[in-house]
Amino acid sequence: MRKLLNTLYITQEDYYLSRERDNIVIKQDGKIVNRFPYRIIENIICFSYLGTSPSLVQLCNENNISLSFLTPTGKFCGRFVGMTNGNVLLRREQYRIADDDIRSIEYAKRSLLAKISSSRKYVLRFKRDHSGKIDESLFNNVDKELLKSIELIKQVKDKDSLRGIEGNAANTYFRVFNDFVLVNKDVFQFNGRTKRPPLDCVNAMLSFGYSLLTNECQSALETVGLDSYVGFFHTDRPGRASMALDLVEEFRSYIVDRFVFSLINKKQVSNKHFDIKENGSVFLNDKGRSIFIKEWQNRKHTEVVHPFINEKVKLMLLPYVQAQLMAKAIRDDLPSYPPFMA
Amino acid sequence: MSYVEDEYLMLSGIQHYYFCKRQWGLIHIDQQWAENSYTAEGQQLHKKADDPYIKEKRKDMFISRAIHVSSSSLGLSGILDVVEFYKDKNGISFQGKKGKWQPYIVEYKRGQPKKDKRDVIQLVAEVMCLEETLDCQISNSYLFYHSVNKKIKIDITKELRDLVHDFSAKMHFYYQHKKVPDAEFFKNCRLCSLYDICMPRMNKRPKNIDNYIENAIYSEADVCENY
Repeated sequence: MRKLLNTLYITQEDYYLSRERDNIVIKQDGKIVNRFPYRIIENIICFSYLGTSPSLVQLCNENNISLSFLTPTGKFCGRFVGMTNGNVLLRREQYRIADDDIRSIEYAKRSLLAKISSSRKYVLRFKRDHSGKIDESLFNNVDKELLKSIELIKQVKDKDSLRGIEGNAANTYFRVFNDFVLVNKDVFQFNGRTKRPPLDCVNAMLSFGYSLLTNECQSALETVGLDSYVGFFHTDRPGRASMALDLVEEFRSYIVDRFVFSLINKKQVSNKHFDIKENGSVFLNDKGRSIFIKEWQNRKHTEVVHPFINEKVKLMLLPYVQAQLMAKAIRDDLPSYPPFMA
Repeated sequence: MSYVEDEYLMLSGIQHYYFCKRQWGLIHIDQQWAENSYTAEGQQLHKKADDPYIKEKRKDMFISRAIHVSSSSLGLSGILDVVEFYKDKNGISFQGKKGKWQPYIVEYKRGQPKKDKRDVIQLVAEVMCLEETLDCQISNSYLFYHSVNKKIKIDITKELRDLVHDFSAKMHFYYQHKKVPDAEFFKNCRLCSLYDICMPRMNKRPKNIDNYIENAIYSEADVCENY
């Protein structure tokens, strides 16, 4: 499989990025904090407001290093993408499918089957691993309802109904989120999914994780030459990377949710890693963010066997593999799209 | 058969096509490219291709670099590294040069002579393009192998020319149909920089995708284990 190079995360708000020959140089108040040769980096993600020098942007462009900007709380601002990869024919076929409800719903259904199936797998797994510590009847109910949603998706004929089923399944799944927390239950109380802004610590971490994942999915799609802004399930909206969001669905539970609850249950995060704003919004603070990212980086290198291609793949290459499979399905190399089944 | 300029394919693609049809298709139809140690080495060598191991000009020979050539009958075009011209009464004449000159291509390659004919095929295609461009006849040319420092003379036979015609016609067929040839898994695959993009093993034993999804849904345990 493709080599996983490093992602450079800039987590201090007052860091500035520049270039010195073949090095990426990080500066604070004009003083050099650190430097890295560009060859070992394939991704730079800045959680900083100061930005980068044009000459670093050029270095990234020439070497296919993707450069993304997020706010310190993880809200996506934009990405610098170099020369577009791949084939115009592939992208044109992608647009044709997106314009055709009958064709695109097949992709959407598969992604959502994978999403709900993977949520359900996590519920089952948690029940198995922690029987006695949890409310088993709640878990059993959620399991049954998710299975029902899966059956409904198989029969659905239009995207609006599909959205309805998906929304219900998501709410069902969130009902066990409080029970996924085994320690520090007072700090990590989950009261339903809140995004704009996140209103509790669990939501704060989920949002942060989803935005990192979205970024990885967007890179993956663009690497194989797909247009990350044109989706099959998420419809077009200016500035929204709809195809990346489609792809994220398959990995939400498997990559982010499991990760967030393991951070909590292993007591790697606690209340001192969060800031609460006056309006009640909750965010990871500097310390929290750096713990999150450090563990996220470690997790990336976990190897799993991809169930479709039967090859060992590092966890964070999964979006890349799926992007490839998506491209193959679009260009008819595969009879249909095999989503990631956890 | 004659092609118009817009239809010309890259001359260098013929060696990819010989090595693996699919590799050629991924690079030239699908515009995918990935570097590995072999391709990086090749580029490094290319930078140094003008090793001045021969003087550029003598009384009875001169060297021309980076000549653009094309062939409308093959529908190929490209740039040649090195062409040597020797004084020869059966050769061709140039404006501003006295006498007649016979061209020979010297194609630089990293490593050593290959067991298969991929370098030879490329050289023959180059010769055919050069012949059409300069309107001349070339009966032999050379492959230069860097790591063994050896120049090998290749006779441009009718048999080889037919093979090049055959390849270019097939390349045009795939290109017109925008079809990347299917993968065949063979021992060359491990050497290929496009291995990860191509996924040849998956194409060789395709799974039934509906069964794959169904099985995953109804298996109680994680399909994707160990995490």
